[in-house]
Amino acid sequence: MCLTCGCGSDEVHVEAVPDVHTHTHADGTVHSHAHDHGHEHGHAHTGADAAASGMTSPRLVQVERDLLAKNDAIAQRNRNWLAQHGIFAVNLVSSPGSGKTTLLVKTIELLAGRVPVAVIEGDQQTTFDADRIRATGAPAIQINTGKGCHLDAAMVETALARLAPEPDSVLMIENVGNLVCPAGFDLGEAHKVVVLSVTEGEDKPLKYPDMFHAASLMLLNKIDLLPYLRFDLQRCIADARRVNPAIEVLQVSATTGQGLDEWLAWIERGASAARRQPPRDAAALQRRVAELEAQLARLQAR
Amino acid sequence: MHEMSLAESVREIVDDTARANGARRVAAVRLEIGKLAQVEIDAMRFAFDVVMRGSLAERARLEIVQTDGSAWCMRCSQPVALARRGDACPLCGTYQLQVTGGERMRVMDMEIE
Repeated sequence: MCLTCGCGSDEVHVEAVPDVHTHTHADGTVHSHAHDHGHEHGHAHTGADAAASGMTSPRLVQVERDLLAKNDAIAQRNRNWLAQHGIFAVNLVSSPGSGKTTLLVKTIELLAGRVPVAVIEGDQQTTFDADRIRATGAPAIQINTGKGCHLDAAMVETALARLAPEPDSVLMIENVGNLVCPAGFDLGEAHKVVVLSVTEGEDKPLKYPDMFHAASLMLLNKIDLLPYLRFDLQRCIADARRVNPAIEVLQVSATTGQGLDEWLAWIERGASAARRQPPRDAAALQRRVAELEAQLARLQAR
Repeated sequence: MHEMSLAESVREIVDDTARANGARRVAAVRLEIGKLAQVEIDAMRFAFDVVMRGSLAERARLEIVQTDGSAWCMRCSQPVALARRGDACPLCGTYQLQVTGGERMRVMDMEIE
């Protein structure tokens, strides 16, 4: 959706960043990067009217343009922006009820003091999830898609501009609960992580292959419930590897904390790789000092 | 999935190309849809008809070329055909495959007047 001219679905709503802590951002204007709609109002061909010649012979024009090019271009812009700011972005996908939000809340609590986390939440309606994240003290913004079934790059671009995550931080994008559609839409993330809870059944990787193919990591959640279920763990992992030989698998429980150390380590490896290089010249160092002073001002204002 | 919004992308591409080439009418549009892409062909045809109404491509002939899925088999060390995600290598039966083709959705070319 394009916020500037309002084209696209009227139903998509990205919440204004709420003033929960009664602080104002040090720089009142939002990070906004050049907003290119991608509408090509190309040169008008008002030239020679072919009909005037009385003959219009059909001709073949090569096009070779991808149908998802528009989303992919915005996703790449997001990716570039995130890279410039040293932000490690993860697109969390799953069915509704797999435990994504609970896992995120727990993750944020455990990462406190280690690495800053910000969250973009996606749901058809309500701000329930963004509210839960904000209750941990981490910044979050809610996207309501209305009738929409997945987040797309344009929605994330708008959310990024309003959320303004800190440089050298982690960005978690919790997608709309849906094991089908989000697989096809690049948001600009570094990785898609699919959360599958053991109560959903071991047959999901083969039933929803596109999603498991698109993910770099599968988090098998709610493993504390395994003693009460007939869940074929080995088959689930083997099937996930059938549709994606390179997929990593971690078994976790967001409620008991089992397996979370490895998940946090995975995040920290990604965050450290994304972090920007230390400034190499005086101008870059001055910019970095200005950024840090702004961060300090925000923290002190809370 | 989302054949309607994909058809809208097709319309944008078709409009842009028609304008850039001074076309008065689009007679045909040829799409390449990979067999591994998340698109239902019949739904795509329906969406195309609906979305093209009122455009230069109204009543244009829609040709859809479905390209086969393909993968590199890491055990056979050669390209193989892949009918569906999750299928094994047709030669050696391994799942150690890297998908190389059949995922793309493109407008290939257009016949204009």
